[in-house]
Amino acid sequence: MDTLASRRKVVQMVFIIISVIFILRLLFIQVLNKNYQQLANNNVLRKVTLYPSRGLIYDRNGKLILFNQAEYDLLVIPGQLKKFDTANLCKTLGLDVEGFKKELSKAYKYSKFKPTVIIKGIQAELYAQLQEDMFLYPGFYAQVRTVRTYPISAAAHILGYISEVTPKQIEKSDGYYQQGDYIGTGGLEQYYEKILRGKKGVKYVLVDVHNREQGSFNDGQLDTLPSPGTNMYSTLDIDLQQYGEKLMQGKVGSVVAIEPSTGEVLAMISSPSYDPKLLTGRDRGKNFSKLYADSLKPLFVRPLKASYPPGSIYKPLLGLIGMQDGAIQQNTTYSCPGAYYVGSLRVGCHHSGFVNNIIEAIQHSCNAYFCMTFRRVVDNNKYKTVAQGLDGWKSYLASFGIGVKMETDLPGVGYGFIPGSDYYNKIYGSGRWNSVTIISLGIGQGEIGFTPLQMANEMATIANHGWYYTPHLVRKVDDDTSTVLKKFKEKHVIPIDKGWFDITVDAMKEVVEAGTGRIAQIPGVTMGGKTGTAQNPHGKDHSLFICFAPVENPKIAIAVIVENAGFGATYGAPIASLMIEKYLNDSISTPRKYLEQRMFDADLIHNKYQPTPEH
Amino acid sequence: MIDKRKTTNNLDWVIILLYSVFVAIGLLVVYASSHDEAKPFFDTRQLYVRQLIWVGTSVILAGFILVTDNKIYTTFAYFIYGLILLMVIGVFFFGHEVNGNKNWFEIGSFQLQPSEFAKFSVALALAKFLSNQNINLKNNRTKMISLGLIFFPALLIQLQGDTGSTLVFLSFFLVLYRFGLPGEILALGVGVLALSVFSLVIDKYILIGILLILAGASLYFIKRTRAAYFAIAGLFIGASLYVTTTNYVFNNVLKLHQQQRIKVLLGQEVNVKDADYNVRQSKIAIGSGGLLGKGPLNGTLTKYNFVPEQHTDFIFCTIGEEYGFWGTSLFVILFLFLLTRILSLAERQRSKFSRIYAYGVASILFFHFLINIGMTIGLAPVIGIPLPFISYGGSSLWSFTILLFVLIKLDADRLAVLR
Repeated sequence: MDTLASRRKVVQMVFIIISVIFILRLLFIQVLNKNYQQLANNNVLRKVTLYPSRGLIYDRNGKLILFNQAEYDLLVIPGQLKKFDTANLCKTLGLDVEGFKKELSKAYKYSKFKPTVIIKGIQAELYAQLQEDMFLYPGFYAQVRTVRTYPISAAAHILGYISEVTPKQIEKSDGYYQQGDYIGTGGLEQYYEKILRGKKGVKYVLVDVHNREQGSFNDGQLDTLPSPGTNMYSTLDIDLQQYGEKLMQGKVGSVVAIEPSTGEVLAMISSPSYDPKLLTGRDRGKNFSKLYADSLKPLFVRPLKASYPPGSIYKPLLGLIGMQDGAIQQNTTYSCPGAYYVGSLRVGCHHSGFVNNIIEAIQHSCNAYFCMTFRRVVDNNKYKTVAQGLDGWKSYLASFGIGVKMETDLPGVGYGFIPGSDYYNKIYGSGRWNSVTIISLGIGQGEIGFTPLQMANEMATIANHGWYYTPHLVRKVDDDTSTVLKKFKEKHVIPIDKGWFDITVDAMKEVVEAGTGRIAQIPGVTMGGKTGTAQNPHGKDHSLFICFAPVENPKIAIAVIVENAGFGATYGAPIASLMIEKYLNDSISTPRKYLEQRMFDADLIHNKYQPTPEH
Repeated sequence: MIDKRKTTNNLDWVIILLYSVFVAIGLLVVYASSHDEAKPFFDTRQLYVRQLIWVGTSVILAGFILVTDNKIYTTFAYFIYGLILLMVIGVFFFGHEVNGNKNWFEIGSFQLQPSEFAKFSVALALAKFLSNQNINLKNNRTKMISLGLIFFPALLIQLQGDTGSTLVFLSFFLVLYRFGLPGEILALGVGVLALSVFSLVIDKYILIGILLILAGASLYFIKRTRAAYFAIAGLFIGASLYVTTTNYVFNNVLKLHQQQRIKVLLGQEVNVKDADYNVRQSKIAIGSGGLLGKGPLNGTLTKYNFVPEQHTDFIFCTIGEEYGFWGTSLFVILFLFLLTRILSLAERQRSKFSRIYAYGVASILFFHFLINIGMTIGLAPVIGIPLPFISYGGSSLWSFTILLFVLIKLDADRLAVLR
């Protein structure tokens, strides 16, 4: 027995060793390894994001043009499903039973206890029907979501749309965006994203093992409420915008209308356009691909991005530069033989005869006169070389916002293109080109390109006799007027004497009263304008027209370009003048009704693409 | 001869105090992990209320044991053993199935698990048998009878599908060892256990190769007699056979969830996604308690049911999460104190019966402690056995109370017993 008594110590040692092992193990997992605390929080803490409602947008007259509407997502927690009538549910929602079952089994595979969205974007009316029957479908839940809604189907390009954030955007946002969040894409939605989106709130909740909410964390001390996005007032006149879009139907091109005294954009049309409703809700993806694939590029924002040779509408600018630099005088005359000849070169002119002064030159859009003017500008004695002359000319244009970035409040603004000496040096070599080489710049052809926004701003600047505010699309932001819109209160003054503008305005008045733009006349309204017919490598000439009215107190300045439509007077002038009439008088006078109808009916796209009938 | 006053005078109050402390901790953590605020405070559907009822009846049982004659246990040990065996067998015919284990009697809304009491009966019977004069555990007949006493009820319980309760009977090897079972047998047992683990982890042919090398090597170190050759050859053949059959037994005898639990413990890939879910959640719950814990009733993981079986087999998680390292280490130390106290009680017995019985009690408690806490911290496979005095459940509390208080009673009367 005595030898066995020592075994008591063995047993006791076993007890002690196991206890020590346990304590060491507990020390390791409870004190030394902090990992478990993190894992525990991952288990029970859920960060629920509370989404603010996005800011609304009104037009300049207070009409609501963009707001939010409730839409519903149907979620399912497969573990809570009971037997239910699949056919009936699908019937209510207008779904295909097979597809629905497939989605359901996918949700099952993902998780039995976590909710999965199985149907996205159920319209409010449809949900109202479903809601009454929801008790029949335990395990299904509806989650409200807001979607952007456009009460008036217009201005799609200006307003933009919202889409899910990309991984890159998430990375750049310093943690603001999470996967599945929406962000403004294109238009005002993108430019004013930070104002419109508001501030997200957050709620920490404790959940149990089945992901059921059990209460708030720390008595909600870390929770924040979402603050809704700020509402804004656009400068757009939505009625004018809609009218312009109707006029531009069947045509490819742009219209930009600006209030000269403020720089506020009254209408900005990119044609062909699309219904903004296409890019919200359930079928957004499908519609987007369709629009993206369209050969007419309806998603391309032409007024901002497209660069067109300005043709004759640039002549008033050249006249102003010439007069300011003393290259020509107000009364410089020129005898036009129907073309401009220099060496072996000939620049044709639609007009021939004696030109008494700059006013007549603009009135009849004399090519020869402006070729002469251009050569005098760049070969001016004031400058040592033609290169300096060209750069001087370029910097004048830059003061109008042409060839440089117009800091407007829309994303993706184009620069247009104004070639300088460096450009030609690269092509021809330094000193190996002269004013003759680049003579087509004299009539707004060649490498030169304006965006429609720049054309409209040119018109507004001339209407103002020498100054402009940067064109913009938002005039007021609730709770914040100082900072965001500050840059639009800065007056840009052109370094050209006001007197030269007076002469140019007179000339443009003549264009409409007795020149190339007579078709634009509106009874009882004084108007200045300029036609343009721009040759281009893509086919028929572009039809351009810029004008403003009334001359004494300009309320609207407008630029219209209709691609491949012929003379400026054929489409550009009628559309521009109809819009002015609509804006100033609110209705079209009877004698001009036929013109309006003709514009509504003109379908240049279809004529162009109509297949040749077979014989 | 037996004086009641004497009994009370000699009660071991230290053990009674420890028992009370454990039962109180048990009530507290059962309350923490299972109370449902939606139901009234005193509602028999609340598990802590039911546990309170079990505690009350346990105290009555304990009192009853202290006032009855200790001869009931010493004289009628075999009778009690037989009675409880009959109850275990009875479950086959009148039992109620819970979680796939048919080992419950249902009495009203309460359930009783006879297999819980089988350990007590084996402790008594083994004590009775080994306390006979002229008993020597080196004797093969004695070994066989002892093993039979232990493994007959174990087999019945295994047939009911309760592997956890079956394994508890292994604890009696510690008793046999203490009272003369040759150490080699225990070593053999440990060797078999090691071989089982290796055969599940290592490819069997490689393992046999290793065994062959070991057998060859051992010839260098021992006297190369005829008997030694036979012994080594026998051991090698036995081990090889064992290795080749372990996989078969593992795959065909053990249930799928048991196979997975063992594989999880061995760190092997398990196909079923959440086989290690219990252990992972349990470790997270305990680990998240940190040094000081989250405070009483603040264990979010246990409160929100992340840990399965948290009021029964995984009750230790609640202690770990709410009271942290100081709580768990204090608990382990207290339990160790209880175990060593029982050992010292055992050694002061005059009666061999009492001493053997005391070792039985210590071994059973130790085995539960080892497996239950071991599994919650990932050191033992998940085997569903309760933590003594703490886990929710009437059968286990009753059986541990009886087990312990019979010992206290025997100890209190130790001076009245003739050597």
